[in-house]
Amino acid sequence: MTPRRLTPSQTIGPFFHGMIAGAANVLVAEATEGERIRIEGRVYDGDHAPVPDALVEIWQANARGRYRHPVDRRPIPLDPAFVGFGRAATDETGLYWFETIKPGPVPFTAERRQAPHLNVAVSARGLLDHLFTRIYLESEPANAEDPVLQRVPAPRRDTLIARRAAGAGRAVYRFDIVLQGEQETVFFDL
Amino acid sequence: MSPVGRDPEVFPPYLYDAYRATIRRSPAQPPLEITPTLSELTGPGPALSAVIPEDADLTRNAGTGGEAIGERIIVTGRVLAAGGVPVPRTLVEIWQCNAAGRYRHRVDQHHAPLDPNFIGIGRCLTDADGVYRFTTIKPGAYPWQNHENAWRPAHIHFSLFGPSWIARLITQMYFPGDPLQALDPIFNSVPNPNARARLVAAYAHDVTQAGWALGYRFDIVLRGPAATPFEPFERAARAGR
Ligand SMILES: [Fe+2]
Repeated sequence: MTPRRLTPSQTIGPFFHGMIAGAANVLVAEATEGERIRIEGRVYDGDHAPVPDALVEIWQANARGRYRHPVDRRPIPLDPAFVGFGRAATDETGLYWFETIKPGPVPFTAERRQAPHLNVAVSARGLLDHLFTRIYLESEPANAEDPVLQRVPAPRRDTLIARRAAGAGRAVYRFDIVLQGEQETVFFDL
Repeated sequence: MSPVGRDPEVFPPYLYDAYRATIRRSPAQPPLEITPTLSELTGPGPALSAVIPEDADLTRNAGTGGEAIGERIIVTGRVLAAGGVPVPRTLVEIWQCNAAGRYRHRVDQHHAPLDPNFIGIGRCLTDADGVYRFTTIKPGAYPWQNHENAWRPAHIHFSLFGPSWIARLITQMYFPGDPLQALDPIFNSVPNPNARARLVAAYAHDVTQAGWALGYRFDIVLRGPAATPFEPFERAARAGR
């Protein structure tokens, strides 16, 4: 195999905000199928200080578990009112949020499914490449069998599970992203 | 380490002391290697196509009717997947400071003038051969707070999604012959000198337009699955799952 001459990454820096057009963190329209959820949380650094210049991006399947992508050729309908991609810049308190729907389960192999999850990429000043992680949802029975969660050492699994906020009228999930230190989020090498 | 392509010679380490902001923002734990699944082999790239031709001309896209001040340049190149195959109709986003080294951004305090006719943001799709093309102005160097008398070399920020979630790339393109590159910890965070050199565009006289603009060529190769990993999902499709 010829050596691939990949292009290296560089930090997104602090000046990327103009690139994000419109309400890129609202993934749903009125016609979107599925249970509405809000995901919100803060990005923290190794001093547990909020990171006010991070970009959080998500990619997810629709309510029936279908990705809008040519590689996903399973006979499951696409939702014309849902793409599954969102991006949010953190504010000065490190806060980001998304309005989306709960994704359906997607396959791992033909025989095995993954629990509903959102794929996450985090970029920031001070990160020389983005970081990949995943958001799983609290109280999903399928989490116990999820093949990716099972790869994560048990004491760190909680860092990938968004907590359902109590008392909210609708489903609000809290997912903090800790770049470094205590309760450091699990990031993936892909 | 990773079979898929985050080669530690090519990609910077997360902790790189000379770039101070990495010290408290780099994970202490090594990233956990996982086999890409349908979640990572898909991605938003193919669905992102909302661009208009005007988005690719940063000298005019401020919407003022006026033209940006600076040395007019054309930046073009091909976007390739890891195996060398062109990536057609994929989104390329760029952002940059103006010719004076100032971003139109609330946190940029550099004492240099804003240009009312320059917003510094562009986007376009690659064509059927994976070629993108921007018209813009050459960005200036600018000071930053990383160390005493620190200056960023002239650069343009690039963002690409490519064919899959794995392929996501955020990087910076530099200009040939810039003496500030040797002094820049962000540029030098790329360990391998050949890989670092791939971040520097080439002056391209065939791209230069007589009497109009200087041309630069900058090709981009994205990460991707090493082998052909779609097999399990094709089986999954047949199984109707
Ligand atoms: Fe910059």
